[in-house]
Amino acid sequence: MNAIDAQLGISPEALLIRSRRFELIANNLANADTPGYKARDIDFGEALSRARAEAGELTRTHPAHLQVGGGHNLSIKYRVPEQTSLDGNTVETAREHAAFMDNAIRYQASLNFLDSRIKSIRSALRME
Amino acid sequence: MSLFNVFEISSTALSAQSMRLNSVASNLANAGVVSGSEEGAYRARQPVFSSIYDATREATHRFSGVRVDGIVESDMPPRKEYSPGHPMADNEGYIYRPNVNPAEEMANMISASRSYQSSVEAMNTTKQLILRTLTLGQ
Repeated sequence: MNAIDAQLGISPEALLIRSRRFELIANNLANADTPGYKARDIDFGEALSRARAEAGELTRTHPAHLQVGGGHNLSIKYRVPEQTSLDGNTVETAREHAAFMDNAIRYQASLNFLDSRIKSIRSALRME
Repeated sequence: MSLFNVFEISSTALSAQSMRLNSVASNLANAGVVSGSEEGAYRARQPVFSSIYDATREATHRFSGVRVDGIVESDMPPRKEYSPGHPMADNEGYIYRPNVNPAEEMANMISASRSYQSSVEAMNTTKQLILRTLTLGQ
């Protein structure tokens, strides 16, 4: 991990996982009317700590811990539904919408952090 | 960037839902078609959805939208009506009306258009985020 990566902090990994989460939620919304489809989501905290472990900041404390590559082995879990429909579908559109918006705001927050870090690196390089 | 996959996923939903809207339109358009035989009567059609799953891709990309497996015709018998004066009536004086239930079709239509809307919204939000990501550091 080089100095610039260290300066950028956790935000790049966070953005990557957030964008994966967008895919999953978009897929849940797309399958809102598919019989038997089970809604899925990412455990963000777990996924992020795995990504950091891969980046060398956290070590594997147990041999059974999975070796991850670039945050790809995300912990995808099934959502526990409040109410299933008769055809076995567990997508609740309102919850998925809420999760999507939540993810969008947090993505923007990570983007802002990253943006300000990039700006400070640039000003340091210019020595102004 | 994996945010682009959201477009791919949502567009499969848009085409599936528009196919559903098409079948609703077809059912409602044919709701008044009278037939002289049970076999010839129009039957309500519905698309069957299934999720697209590709086990060869990495974990988060395995689920990539929804597809229409096919169109099934309703098994419900057509409504048989005794109307000897009707020009289409069979030898016994019966005509056959389609098994389309207009209330069901309207509910189907609203559900389809809502799902369509939510996918469009997801695409819109994603587009804004991608544009913001592209201006990173400027």
